[in-house]
Amino acid sequence: MTAPVIVGRDLRKRFKQRAGGTLDALASVSLEIAAGGVSALVGPDGSGKSTLIRMIAGLLSADAGELTVLGIDVAKDPQAIQDRIGYMPQRFGLYEDLSVQENLDLYADLHGVSAAVRAQKYPRLMEMTALGPFTGRLAGRLSGGMKQKLGLACALVRSPELLLLDDPTAGVDPLSRRELWEIIAALVRDEGVPVLISTSYLDEAERCDHVVVMHRGAVLAQGRPDDIAQVAAGRTFRAAPRGEESPRKLQARLLADPTVTDAAPEGGRVRIVCTTAPGDAAFAGLALEPVPARFEDAFMILQRAADATRAKMSTGPAPALRAEQLSGGVKAEVVVEVRDLVKRFGEFVAVDRIGFEVRRGEIFGLLGPNGAGKTTTFRMLCGLLTATSGTLNVDGADLRRSRAQARRKLGYVAQKFSLYGQLSVAENLDFFASAYGLAGAARRRRIDWVMDEFALHPLAGVLGGHLAGGFKQRLAMAAALLHEPDILFLDEATSGADPVARREFWGRVNALADQGVTVIVTTHFMAEAEYCDRIAILDSGRVLAQGAPAEIRSHALTEGNPEPTMDDAFIAVVEQARAAALQGRAA
Amino acid sequence: MAATSPGPRLAAKTSRIVALIRKEGRQVLRDPSSFAIGVVLPLMLILLFGYAMSLDVKHVPVAVVLEQPSSEASEVAAGFQLSPYFETRLTRSMAEAEELMLAQKVDGIVHLPADFARRAAQGDANIEVVVYGVDANRGRFIQAYAQAAIAQAGVRRAAEGRSDPTAGGQAVVESQLWFNAANDSRYFLVPGLVVLIMTLIGAFMTSMVVAREWERGTFEALFVTPVRTDEILIAKIVPYFLLGLGGLLLCLGSARLLFDVPIRGSILLLVAVSMLYLLVSVSMGLLISASLKGQFLSSQVALVVTFMPALMLSGFIYDLRGVPLAVRLISYLVPARYYVSLLQSLFLAGDVWSVIIPNAAVLAVFAAVLLALTRLTTRKSLG
Amino acid sequence: MLSSLLRIAALIRKELLAILKDARTRNMLLIQPVIQLLIFGYAATLDLSNIPYAAFDRDRSAASSALLAKLDGSSAFQRIANITDPDEMRRLIDSRRVVLVVQIAPDFQRRLSAGQNAAVQVVADGRNSTTAGAALGSVNAAVESFNVDWRRDHGLAPPPVRLSPRAWYNPNLETRWNLVPALVGTITMMSTLMLAALSVAREREEGTFDQLLVAPFNPAEIMVGKAIPAMMIGLTQSTTALLVAQLWFRIPFAGSYLTLYAGLVLFLLAAVGIGLFVSSISATMQQGMLYAFVTIMPFALLSGLTTPISSMPRVIQAFTLINPLRYAIDLVHRVYLEGLGLDRLWPDLWPMAIIATVTLTAAAWMFRNRIE
Repeated sequence: MTAPVIVGRDLRKRFKQRAGGTLDALASVSLEIAAGGVSALVGPDGSGKSTLIRMIAGLLSADAGELTVLGIDVAKDPQAIQDRIGYMPQRFGLYEDLSVQENLDLYADLHGVSAAVRAQKYPRLMEMTALGPFTGRLAGRLSGGMKQKLGLACALVRSPELLLLDDPTAGVDPLSRRELWEIIAALVRDEGVPVLISTSYLDEAERCDHVVVMHRGAVLAQGRPDDIAQVAAGRTFRAAPRGEESPRKLQARLLADPTVTDAAPEGGRVRIVCTTAPGDAAFAGLALEPVPARFEDAFMILQRAADATRAKMSTGPAPALRAEQLSGGVKAEVVVEVRDLVKRFGEFVAVDRIGFEVRRGEIFGLLGPNGAGKTTTFRMLCGLLTATSGTLNVDGADLRRSRAQARRKLGYVAQKFSLYGQLSVAENLDFFASAYGLAGAARRRRIDWVMDEFALHPLAGVLGGHLAGGFKQRLAMAAALLHEPDILFLDEATSGADPVARREFWGRVNALADQGVTVIVTTHFMAEAEYCDRIAILDSGRVLAQGAPAEIRSHALTEGNPEPTMDDAFIAVVEQARAAALQGRAA
Repeated sequence: MAATSPGPRLAAKTSRIVALIRKEGRQVLRDPSSFAIGVVLPLMLILLFGYAMSLDVKHVPVAVVLEQPSSEASEVAAGFQLSPYFETRLTRSMAEAEELMLAQKVDGIVHLPADFARRAAQGDANIEVVVYGVDANRGRFIQAYAQAAIAQAGVRRAAEGRSDPTAGGQAVVESQLWFNAANDSRYFLVPGLVVLIMTLIGAFMTSMVVAREWERGTFEALFVTPVRTDEILIAKIVPYFLLGLGGLLLCLGSARLLFDVPIRGSILLLVAVSMLYLLVSVSMGLLISASLKGQFLSSQVALVVTFMPALMLSGFIYDLRGVPLAVRLISYLVPARYYVSLLQSLFLAGDVWSVIIPNAAVLAVFAAVLLALTRLTTRKSLG
Repeated sequence: MLSSLLRIAALIRKELLAILKDARTRNMLLIQPVIQLLIFGYAATLDLSNIPYAAFDRDRSAASSALLAKLDGSSAFQRIANITDPDEMRRLIDSRRVVLVVQIAPDFQRRLSAGQNAAVQVVADGRNSTTAGAALGSVNAAVESFNVDWRRDHGLAPPPVRLSPRAWYNPNLETRWNLVPALVGTITMMSTLMLAALSVAREREEGTFDQLLVAPFNPAEIMVGKAIPAMMIGLTQSTTALLVAQLWFRIPFAGSYLTLYAGLVLFLLAAVGIGLFVSSISATMQQGMLYAFVTIMPFALLSGLTTPISSMPRVIQAFTLINPLRYAIDLVHRVYLEGLGLDRLWPDLWPMAIIATVTLTAAAWMFRNRIE
C-alpha cells in the first residue's frame, strides 16, 4: 500500500458572512484519501464539500489543522501542488468565448505540455469526450454535458498526479453523467490517477472506492460504500402497494410514520428504511420484503441522525398547502392539452410536433437530456414563449394570448433560483402575494401559512441571495404556492439540490397532487420519475415515449436486466431513438 | 528540482505568459463589450472632441441697439458687424433687443443710446453692454471684446487726429498667445482626449475584464495550474497596454491628419510618457477589480475613481489654478493631472524638460506604487 | 383597474427595497452625487483667481508701477517673478510657472505723458486657451481701470466713451452659477438612465423577469412599475443637488419650484424612457451598462454642459435635438437663474415630451415582442 495522496487533520475554516456572523464551513475535518481509485465527498448543500476540495487544491487556506497533498504541505507550498494536480471547479472554469480547441491549447500551454505529448494526447481526449467534431465551436455554445466534458479534458491535458472534480455532474442529464463516469473509470484503469470527486448523486458515490460522508462541515463517516451501507443493515425493505393505492401515496403514508426514516418509490414499489428493526404491527397490511442495504439508505440514516433539528418532512396526510380541496371527483378532466406543438428558432427546430395531455391532480414529468426541448416546451406552456404552430391549452386558455387574470391559476418555479436575491424572505413573499392580488389580512394569513409549511419563519429576515440551496428552493416553492394555484409548473426544481432536500420537495408535491393540484415537472433525476403519475421522454424536440413509469421501464426490460431502473429505461429509449434516426438518415 | 536550470524554467514561464496573452487577445476580439470599450468608444470620443466640441467663441449672436443712427454710433456698430466673433442683429429699440435675448436669440446687447453722438462729442458717452449671464464664460467674452473694440475705436480716432489732442494717450494691450496663436480650442481638447482614452482603455476596461474572470469562475481553474501570480498579472497588463498604445497612435494620427493639431515635442517622448501613464492606469484597473471582484461594481468604481477625475480634475478642461485648496489637494492624487500637463507641453510647446522631468517622475512613482499594491492584492486564493 | 394599481404599487415597493437595501448602492445613489457636485462645483470654474504672472518692467517708472499695482490689486493675478531678460520669459512660460508675462516698454511713461498711446505687451501660455483667454480678459479690464485713473490723476478728461457692463441673471458672471444647476440635470440623468437600463436587464439575468411575466402583470404595468421608482430616485437626487446649490454654493433660486419639478418630471420620463429602451434590448446587465454608458457619454458631452451647443457644427447641433439633457440643462437654467414660468418654457418642454413618448412606447413594444 502506497502512502495516501491526501491527509487532513483537524481542518477548520470559518467564513464571515455578509449579513454578519460567521459560518463554520469546516469544523474539525480529518480525512485520508488513498493513492488509488475514485473517492467521493458526499453531503447536502453547505456541508463543506467545495470548501474542502478548494483547500486541497490550494485555493483556500485552512484556519487550523494540517493538510498534506501528494506529500506536500498545502499551507507551505500551494503552487507545488497546483503544478501537479488537475482540477475542475464547479462551474467548469471554461473561457466561453474561446473555442474547444483554444481552451485545450491554453491549458496545454499553461501546463507546459510539449507538442509531441499533445499529438498523442489530443486524439485520445477527443475520443474519450466525443468532442472531436466540435473543436471549432465556442465553449459558450456547448451544452451542459459537453462543457463538463471539455472542463474535464482541460484538467487532463497533462496527466495529473491527482484529479479533483468539484460537483461535475450537477445539472447534467443521465446520458452525459454515464459518459463522464466512463471517462473517469478509464482514467483510473489505464493511468492509475487517483480521483477525488464531490457529488450530490448517491448512486455515483456508491460506485466509488472510498466515500466521505459530510454534514455541516463535519465528517459523519468514511470508508468503502459497502461498509458504510452496513449502518442500514436489517432495516431496509421493499413493499408493494395494495389495491388502488399508488406507490407515491403509499410512500407519503409511510413517511408520516415516525418509525420510518426514509421511503421512496422504486420500480412500482416502495423502498423503506426503518428507524429501528420493525415490529410487525407498525406496517400492518404490508408485505415487507427485506432487501440488501444500499449506500443511499445509510446516507439517509446518517444525515437524519446528525441533524435532529432538521424538520421532519411535512408530508402528513393533510398538509394544508391549499385552503380548500379542489373538486376531487373530476380527476379525469384534461387540464393541459398540447397537440402538434412546434417551436423554431430560425433554422433550428427546438420542439418538433409534440403532444400530451395532463389531467387534474396528476403529476406529469417531462424528462430528457440537455437540449431535448423540455425547457422550451415549458416556457411555451407558461406563456413565456410563443409557439411557432400547434395547439396549446392550459385550463381552457392559451396563456400566451390570455389576459393577466388567467395566469392567476398557475404557479411557476423556474430552473434556477429566480426570486429577488436582494430582498429578504419575508419581502419576497410579500411582493409575490401582492403581485397576485392578495391584500390585507388575507395576505398576512397566506404568508404565515407558507412560512409555517416551509419552516421559513426563522429565516424571514435573511436575504434571498444568502440562503443555502435547499432553502432557496423552499422559498421559490412557497412563493409559487401563495396564491393557491390550480396548476404548478416546476422546471428542474431539484437540480443541484441535495438528496435530503429532494425528498422533502417530493413530499410536498405529492401532498399538493393529492389535493387536486395539477403538477408538471421537468427533471434530470430519473429516479424522480417514479414519483410521477405519467411521464414523457423527450429528445431532440420529440416525444420518444409516454406513459406511466412502469410502462416506460418496460422499454429496458431484457433478460439480463429483469428489474430495470428508470435510468436504464431512459438511456435505452434515447439510444434506440438515436440509432433509429441514424439508420433513417443512412437509408 | 535542483536539476532544473534557469533556462527551461524561463522558457516555460514565457510560454505560459504568451499563452495567456493570446487568450486575452482572442477575448478582446470576440467579446462585444471589450470591443465597445476598446474600439468603439475611443473612436466616438475622437470624433466628438475633434469635431463636435469647441470652446472657441465665434459667431456669437449679439444685438446692437442703434436708437439714432450717427456716424459715431455706426462706427461702433460696424466694429461688431465686421468682427468674425459676432453675428450682429441691428435693432431700433432696447425692448426689441431684450425680447430677442429672452428668447435666447442673442447672447448680448450693445446699447448705443439716442444721445450717443452728442455725448461722445462732449466726451461723456456711455455704451451699455448687457450680456446673458447664464453662460458666464461667453458673457465675459462679450464684455471683454466690447471693451477692446471701444478702446480700439479710441485709438483709431487718435491716429486720425479727429479727437482733441489734449485727450492724451492711454495704455493699450497687445497680446500674443504662445503655442496656439490661432486660439483654437482643439489645441487643448485633443491632448485631453488622449488622456480620456488612455484612462478608458487602461483602467475602465481592465477593471472589467479582470473582475469578469472572478465572476465567471475562470480564475479558479486557472489558479490550479503551474501559472504564477506575476504571470497572470503580466498577461493582463500587456494586451491592454498594447490596446492603449493602439488608441494612442489613433489619436496622434487623427490629431495630425484630421484636426491639424501640431505635435511640437518628440513623438518618442510622447509615446514614452504615454506608456508610463498606461502602466499607471492599467494597474489602477487591476487593483480595483482585484479588490472588488465584481464586474458591475468594479466598472462603477473605475468610472468614479479614474474616468471622472481625468475629465474634471486633471486640468484638461478646467484649470486647476482657480480651484480652492482642498480640491487642488485632491487633484494631486489624480495621475491624469500629471499626464495632462505632459501632453499639453509635448503637443504644443515641445520638449520642455522642466515640465517633463517632474511630471514623469511623479507618474513613475504612481506606477511603481500601484503595481506593487496590485501584486500584493492579487493572490491565487479564493479566501 | 384597482387590482392593476395594487400590482403596480407592489412592484414599486419591491423595486425601491431592492435598490435601497444594499448600502453600497444607496451610497452610490445618494451620497456620491453630492460629493460629485461639491468637487465639480469647485473644480469646474473658469473664474480664475491668483493667476501666476511675471512682470517684465523695462520702464521702471511711476506709470509702469501703477499699472502693475492694478494687476496685483486684483484678486485675479499673483505676481510670482520680476524678470529682466526675454530668455527668462520663455523659461517661465515653458515650465508653466506663469500663465502670462506682462511686458512694459521702456518708453511707457514718456509716451503716455506725451499724449500717445503706449503698448503693454502680454504673452500668454496658449496650451490651455480657455485659461489664457480668461486671463487676457482680466488684463484688459485692469489696464482699462489704469487708464481711467491715470487720466483723472493727470487732469485729463475721462475717455470719451465709457462702457457700462451689465449681466442678466448672473451679475458677477460666475461660471459656477452656470455649471452647478447644469450638473443637477446631468448627475440625475446619469443615475436615472443607468438605473432604468439595469433594472430589467438585471431581472432578465437573474431569471426574475420570467416570474413577473408568469404573474398577472402585463407589460405596461411592469413598465410603469419600473419607471416610477427610477424617477423617484431621480427626483430625490435632483432635490439634494438643488439643496447643495442653494445652501452650500449660495446660488439664488429665482423661479418657482413647482415649475422646476414639472420640468424635471418630464425630463426624468425621457431619461427613464431611454434607459428602459436600452434595457429592453440588452440581455445581460453587462450589456445594459455598456449601452447606457455609450448613450450617456455623447449626451453629456453634447448637452452644452462643457461646451456651448451654438459653437458646434450644424450636423452635431441637429443631433443634439434628440438629447433630453440639452433641454433639461436649459430648463433648469431658465427656471433657476431666470425665474421663467411654464408658458415661456414651451420650447424645452415639448421636445422632452416627444422623446419620452417615443422611447417609452418603443420600450413597451420591445418588452411585448422581445420576451423570447
